[in-house]
Amino acid sequence: MSSHDLSNAAGPGLAARAANSAPARALTRVWLFVVLFVVWWFWSAGSKSLYFPPLSSILKALWSQWVTGPARAELSSSLEHLLVGYVIAGLVGIGIGALLWSLRYLRDATSPYLYFLYVLPAPVLVPAAMTLFGIGFTMKVVLIAFAAVWPTLLNTLDGMRGVDQVKLDTSQVLGMSPLGSVFRVVLPAAAPQIVAGLRNSLQVAIILMVVSEWVASTDGIGYYIVTAQQGFDYVGMWSGIIVLAIIGTVANLLFVLAENRALHWHYGARAVEGTRP
Amino acid sequence: MKGNNEVRPEVTATDAGPAGMPVVSLRNVRKVYGGAAGSKVALQDITFEVARGEFACVVGPSGAGKTTLLRTLAGLAQPTSGEALFEGTPLRSVPPGIGVVFQDYGRSLYPWLTVARNVDLPLRVRGVPRAERAQRVAEVLASVGLADAGRSYPWQLSGGMQQRVAIARSLAYRPDLLLMDEPFASVDAQTRFELEDLILRVRQEFGVTVVFVTHDIDEAVYLADRVVAISKSPGVVTEIVDITLARPRDQITTKADPAFAHYREHLLGLVMNR
Repeated sequence: MSSHDLSNAAGPGLAARAANSAPARALTRVWLFVVLFVVWWFWSAGSKSLYFPPLSSILKALWSQWVTGPARAELSSSLEHLLVGYVIAGLVGIGIGALLWSLRYLRDATSPYLYFLYVLPAPVLVPAAMTLFGIGFTMKVVLIAFAAVWPTLLNTLDGMRGVDQVKLDTSQVLGMSPLGSVFRVVLPAAAPQIVAGLRNSLQVAIILMVVSEWVASTDGIGYYIVTAQQGFDYVGMWSGIIVLAIIGTVANLLFVLAENRALHWHYGARAVEGTRP
Repeated sequence: MKGNNEVRPEVTATDAGPAGMPVVSLRNVRKVYGGAAGSKVALQDITFEVARGEFACVVGPSGAGKTTLLRTLAGLAQPTSGEALFEGTPLRSVPPGIGVVFQDYGRSLYPWLTVARNVDLPLRVRGVPRAERAQRVAEVLASVGLADAGRSYPWQLSGGMQQRVAIARSLAYRPDLLLMDEPFASVDAQTRFELEDLILRVRQEFGVTVVFVTHDIDEAVYLADRVVAISKSPGVVTEIVDITLARPRDQITTKADPAFAHYREHLLGLVMNR
């Protein structure tokens, strides 16, 4: 490895360069959004088409409906479904994943069915969920949790099975009980994969949040969008879609922030590995 | 077996245990891996003892079952037949009085914990009070020359420093027996000499019995009171050689001693099966 590479990886050179290029990098990420926004704004400005409303009216609706208006109730109800369903999916996914990891017999007995359920597209379960749980809060939360549990569960299982034997031997040598080593060694060692699973689960949970509100519901963002579309309120429909995009972006951003905090050691160690010859 | 929840006071070579009782003894230990069809004999018949305060090295070519032997000594693996005793008790699991330093520090240190928290972990598991823990961690890190590295993460340190962390962690709870599995095999020669002298010093400081597995005969002769030579398949003890070189040892003068060359030649002959 050349000395140039090394100075790039560590030392004052990197910090200085990052400071210099930070505005440039921000610009790289933002310019396309600005261009698209401007193009959409002017292209749609004089539109009289019912199906292609001006961006200005969509943004006005976004404010009057979602920020100050009646759609706030739909927003909070959707977020509630999402939050409760996702938290259940995460906890159950990690818990069952860990249980299957520790009980080999149970794992061998259940693994074909787990993958069977995993590949089943969850939206097709909406009718069944309605039959079982009605069309209220429970149905939506169950549906979100059921669909979102699989990426976390399977990643937890895989991550735990992949924990280095030397790390497990070390836990015994240091005097940990089997349960102690699960919390002190196995979970942290598998955390990068578990977190990757949780991230996939979040995407699935957002999709199921909307789908569950489309088909049978009296509230939620999905319900609002479908109702607006059926009532020829295309401005309202577009405003709902933008709200969904914002929710997805914000949720992902919060996730990445939490991930960088929890797994800073993982990224640090990986970066160091990359610079070693 | 010693009490589980308490770190024992420092042990010296004279005051612990019934006089003459070996810290570890292996009696006709045999270890076979695999099923009936594809079974592999890792250890054929191993018998030796290590006395309290002794520094024993186990040398043998690769494939002689050195790692299996060390895992058996640690209680991480059970012999297929024969007996492995630690302080007179058969080893069924890892007793609290044993420390192990593995070859690959990158795999045995926990990258999500800082250096200090890695070293603290065995004390925390044993329920040592917080104030005492902090003091103990600082002491043992100072002993291995890493007094200022506590807040770093292991992966921020060089290989030699990481292995020092692993040594500190295994000494923090003051074990009676320290097992080392080719611990210096993945560091450069200069660092290796430093770590060899470090282990001779801390062994004295902590009064710990050491079993040190290596394939490097120079290293074994330099460190050991006794060298156990094992041969490649079937894993048996070919000879146990007493090393009577003067202590303290020194990388330059000890290795220039004609007796050193003599031991070296003799052991090389054993290991190479001539």
